[in-house]
Amino acid sequence: MTDPHDSARLQGEAGRNLPPLRLHVPEPPARPGESADFTHFDIPAADAAPRPDETAQPATMRDMAYGLVRVLDENGAAVGQWNPNLPPETLLRMLRAMALTRAFDGRMFRAQRQGKTSFYMKSTGEEAVSIGAALALHRDDMCFPSYRQQGILIARDWPIIDMMNQIYSNKGDRLKGRQLPIMYSAREAGFFSISGNLTTQYPQAVGWAMASAARGDTRIAATWCGEGSTAEGDFHSACTFASVYRAPVIMNVVNNQWAISSFSGFAGAEATTFAARAVGYGIAGLRVDGNDVLAVYAATRWAADRARANAGPTLIEHFTYRVEGHSTSDDPTAYRSAEESSLWPLGDPIARLKQHCIGLGIWDEDRHAAMDKELAEMVRDAAREAEKNGILGHGLHHPMESMFEDVFEEMPWHLKEQQQQMLDEWKAAGL
Amino acid sequence: MTDTTQMNMIQAINSAMDVMMERDPTVVVMGEDVGFFGGVFRATAGLQQKYGKNRVFDTPITECGIIGVAVGMGAYGLRPVPEIQFADYIYPALDQLVSEAARLRYRSAGEFIAPMTVRSPFGGGIFGGQTHSQSPEGIFTHCSGIKTVIPSTPYDAKGLLIAAIEDNDPTIFFEPKRIYNGPFDGEYDTPATSWAGHADAQVPTGYYRIPLGKARIARAGGALTILCYGTMVHVVEHTVAMLGLDAEIVDLRSLVPLDIETIEASVKKTGRCLIVHEATRTSGFGAELLAQVQERCFHHLEAPIERVTGFDTPYPHSLEWAYFPGPVRIREAINKIMKD
Repeated sequence: MTDPHDSARLQGEAGRNLPPLRLHVPEPPARPGESADFTHFDIPAADAAPRPDETAQPATMRDMAYGLVRVLDENGAAVGQWNPNLPPETLLRMLRAMALTRAFDGRMFRAQRQGKTSFYMKSTGEEAVSIGAALALHRDDMCFPSYRQQGILIARDWPIIDMMNQIYSNKGDRLKGRQLPIMYSAREAGFFSISGNLTTQYPQAVGWAMASAARGDTRIAATWCGEGSTAEGDFHSACTFASVYRAPVIMNVVNNQWAISSFSGFAGAEATTFAARAVGYGIAGLRVDGNDVLAVYAATRWAADRARANAGPTLIEHFTYRVEGHSTSDDPTAYRSAEESSLWPLGDPIARLKQHCIGLGIWDEDRHAAMDKELAEMVRDAAREAEKNGILGHGLHHPMESMFEDVFEEMPWHLKEQQQQMLDEWKAAGL
Repeated sequence: MTDTTQMNMIQAINSAMDVMMERDPTVVVMGEDVGFFGGVFRATAGLQQKYGKNRVFDTPITECGIIGVAVGMGAYGLRPVPEIQFADYIYPALDQLVSEAARLRYRSAGEFIAPMTVRSPFGGGIFGGQTHSQSPEGIFTHCSGIKTVIPSTPYDAKGLLIAAIEDNDPTIFFEPKRIYNGPFDGEYDTPATSWAGHADAQVPTGYYRIPLGKARIARAGGALTILCYGTMVHVVEHTVAMLGLDAEIVDLRSLVPLDIETIEASVKKTGRCLIVHEATRTSGFGAELLAQVQERCFHHLEAPIERVTGFDTPYPHSLEWAYFPGPVRIREAINKIMKD
């Protein structure tokens, strides 16, 4: 037998006088204890991005995938072609929804730390991505969110006590305690059941949008995933389907730069932008300042109008920063520079909109402080109400036999048998 | 009086989709090559011409995408019937099937459902090699929230497919492609037969349904119970006829839900049980059948339960007939059970 690693053969190959091959394994710019450095991030001026017509051919607007749609400048003024010129009441509604999301996150994070539930995920610093989009869509447009878009439910005025019941997995939880906390489902709010498996919602949103188009409906779909999970096959399947059938769908990539401990380089960020994925699929791509709620709103409106005009799908990259850990189970100080969050040059979405509203003369610091206090009390009161329905592990859950319901529309014999066996065993054990 | 006509299994499956698309405007058919061309096995022939491209359309070659899109369409309110061109290609769609379609009703407490029927040709006997011959039903029966249905005749194929399409749970509908055009007795070196003249090839032209979870007694008998489905029903019938044995052949038709009552009654009557499937042996559906029979019928058994299955190897191309659980292997197993 011939040895495939025969030394003479290897020597012959080495004789080609080429440098040895080397593997590139990406490394983030800064690790714990090192200074964060965003100087490589060349931020375009707020009024720099052109605004193509909503029905523009994707080939004529490829630059949009490499630029940055912005509206709020460094002084908080709304500038440029993308300024949606929203009325004061909409601006203040955005501000309130973002502040409520942050207050809600703060309270639920603490509830997890107090042992009231198993898990929580904050969206701190990313509130604009959900709220700007939700307010730009119609209420009956269908959202297929990832796990960090609680802001959509809040922007759609979904009762926060219902969300809390889900987080506590208590007897008030409409999902019967079956899902990990924050994996909401709210059909009435146009909010699809969150999976937890990454980016599975992408082709589902495209399918929903295709169905809407095939039926001559008027509603469109929107979906969200993180930059890390754009590597999943589902993302690319979805982009292909969306492109092929020109589906009325908005595909959002929330580039918060971290997928648990993996920086965006492991999803390809060293090579190109995430919006540039659209270029290969021949669909419209926009790269947006994700911490500028007016830019998120404007880009989403543009994409929604495009979809409604049968001009096809849009892929939007929201460039933002994950201020907190991935979840309550994560400690980001173990893998990234502690300075990053404070040095992130696109700032904080709430602070930026607040500055804008104050500049317009429709808001001030006192009113903002009063709003924060009111929202904190509102969240506290809702949490107390929800806790009356129980907290995780304290007995006030749905009945044990409900475990077997909804596996199928009608319970087949084998589940009935297992259900009865479980009840008999507990009874025999005197429980 | 219902009109019937002779159909092979492909025609019966095509007729089921035709009937359902006529009755229910939310039924849509999608998959690779299913549109203008009508599918590589012709199962969807004529449907696009009749119902239009909004309801019958070709898809990109991404099984993950096909099933993911079908989940979204189901959430919208459609009733998708996606085709996976060969069961061997279903693995890229597993996450969408197992984690999404199968769990959607449960995880949303009924807010969203995935009422899809995934049609896919499966099984060997056509020299398809390892990528066009597999029987992966055991992967799906192992997962909660999904039904698995396998017909063995044109009549059953149409009635079961209509029931699957009408069902509000996701259903895997595996079509034994070796018997699309005629029953196969396992004698691979004899001329192929067609469905012409076969009693179960007389199929109503209109709507009818066979409930999911009801087995069929393909042959009544008292000496031995043989549990099987798909192509194997015909191989078993032939082998039993050759042996002149008074065996009871139970065509399961649906693995989940399983007709345990029929199985239990038959084994308690005969006291002997053979399980035959084409899929690989370890953790195959036969293992579950064996456990169920043992749990329920142990004191009625006269002999150990036997299994004849595919071997735990990939499906070999040139050695197909050594792998296939044909009459020789089934006869040996029967002899072993009957000698006790």
